[in-house]
Amino acid sequence: MRHALTAQNLVKIYGSGKMALDHVNLAIAEGDFFALLGPNGAGKSTFIGIVSSLVTKTEGTVHVFGHSIDDEILKAKQLIGIVPQEFNFNIFNRTFDVVVTQAGYYGVPFKQAKASAEDCLQQLGLWEKRFEAVRFLSGGMKRRLMIARALVHQPKLLILDEPTAGVDIELRRSLWVYLEKLNQQGLTILLTTHYLEEVEILCRNVAIIDQGRILVEKPVHSLLADLNGETFILDIDGILTETPTLESFSCRLISPNSIEMDLREGQTVNELFQVLDAAGIRVLSLRNKFNRLEELFIRLTGHSTERNMQKNEEGAE
Amino acid sequence: MMNWIALQTILRKEMVRILRIWPQTLLPPAITMSLYFVIFGHVIGSKIGLIDGYHYSQFIAPGLVMMSVILNAYGNVSSSFFSAKFTHSIQELMVAPVSEWTILIGYTLGGVIRGLLVGIVVLIVASLFTHIPIQHFFSMLAILLISAWLFSLAGFLNALFANSFDDISIIPNFILTPLTYLGGVFYSIQVLPSPWNIIAHFNPILYLMNGFRYGMLGISDVSPAIGLFIAVIVSASLAILCYILLKRGWGLRQ
Repeated sequence: MRHALTAQNLVKIYGSGKMALDHVNLAIAEGDFFALLGPNGAGKSTFIGIVSSLVTKTEGTVHVFGHSIDDEILKAKQLIGIVPQEFNFNIFNRTFDVVVTQAGYYGVPFKQAKASAEDCLQQLGLWEKRFEAVRFLSGGMKRRLMIARALVHQPKLLILDEPTAGVDIELRRSLWVYLEKLNQQGLTILLTTHYLEEVEILCRNVAIIDQGRILVEKPVHSLLADLNGETFILDIDGILTETPTLESFSCRLISPNSIEMDLREGQTVNELFQVLDAAGIRVLSLRNKFNRLEELFIRLTGHSTERNMQKNEEGAE
Repeated sequence: MMNWIALQTILRKEMVRILRIWPQTLLPPAITMSLYFVIFGHVIGSKIGLIDGYHYSQFIAPGLVMMSVILNAYGNVSSSFFSAKFTHSIQELMVAPVSEWTILIGYTLGGVIRGLLVGIVVLIVASLFTHIPIQHFFSMLAILLISAWLFSLAGFLNALFANSFDDISIIPNFILTPLTYLGGVFYSIQVLPSPWNIIAHFNPILYLMNGFRYGMLGISDVSPAIGLFIAVIVSASLAILCYILLKRGWGLRQ
């Protein structure tokens, strides 16, 4: 199996002393649709930054289709298309010029670059805006322009750093359809995200990263199979002063009149109610706690993404 | 390794930028230089008389051309490259298979082109006010090109270190402009009293200014060959320094 991207013992320690990547090992097969999933500050953008030469690694090796970024950086770069998380245009340039210029940087001759730019802008629905300065485009259009810019030189590996962060549902879904189509055409895609839903819909393989370490790397279906339980929030009649001890079910008191309960594989809601009845707890209402990523993180790391984010904010201060 | 198409692309981008913002790039030097020629060349110059056989307006013409070339070459690269850094659009180049030499040569040639365009504008303005003789065309061209490249490289270095727009205006305002004015644009250093005529020799711009004046008028306070030699050595040193910093990602990579 040929690898589109491999990273071995990749370490990044920033000047502040923060270890952003801690001996990361990752292998992405050619043609894969791979997700790097993790909360903010987990190391996703640092990883992508190293692969795309925007961040200098401290240790380790990275190969893109067998080309080392240490010895054959230009060959490696030629094969990659990057869609960064933040807009990084010269906002005074015209949409068409942005894409044509990028093609030129990748060595595409001017005439061919113009044809390729037209093709990319057409596909992403931006052709009508080709003479518009970037500053006049909407956020969604800018996001699509970044994808057009990344594809204009026909890369073999497309890297998208949280492409749907802050994007409305309609655009998010249209981007998903477009990315799926690209992948079906043979393009290897690496996507970072903190939306588990995005991973479920798009990706075949996933790695979960937290605090610079890869916690798990496996096929998406296998990871989701591990998430075979559900958590419910129950509003109860009366006041509880302490967490009730319930046979077979784990329970957490989240306020004096609501509790959170886990339902594992094989357990039923009927059994849950029987246990609550036996404990004399009357349930007024019940709702599903729909945050599977949160649950995944708690299982894998023993802490929540919120705690992770809090830690990052403290670090930033 | 030079990526020629990328080099052409950088140059095209720079040309488009220079021409798109022509009221900022080409028009101000034309107006400023017209004022210099009216005020210094005609009003004051008519009272001064001949210097080394030339009218004062002819004497100051090479200095004004060189001053414009130096300041515009420097300003073009420092503002263009720093803007790319500031907006992060420099990442478009950094992720692409473009070598450090290609980036450096592309941006600095952009500065040379702006310098030459402005130099031509100033020459045209000067020719409207006075007769411009050209005594040694190739000397003039050589010193003009190397000076434009030298100050483009200096502007690039400034942009690499700059963290704010203030940082790219400090050197032109407080170092470059005074050194240019003191480099003999408006006078021959022979008229300076001692020790200022000695101190003036430590100003590198004096050599470039006089080298260019030699090319146009055939007169110079210092040896034109020394000016050219200094410019080549300093340019080569700056190019190597910029390359090393760019290779290390100074001010660009985390």
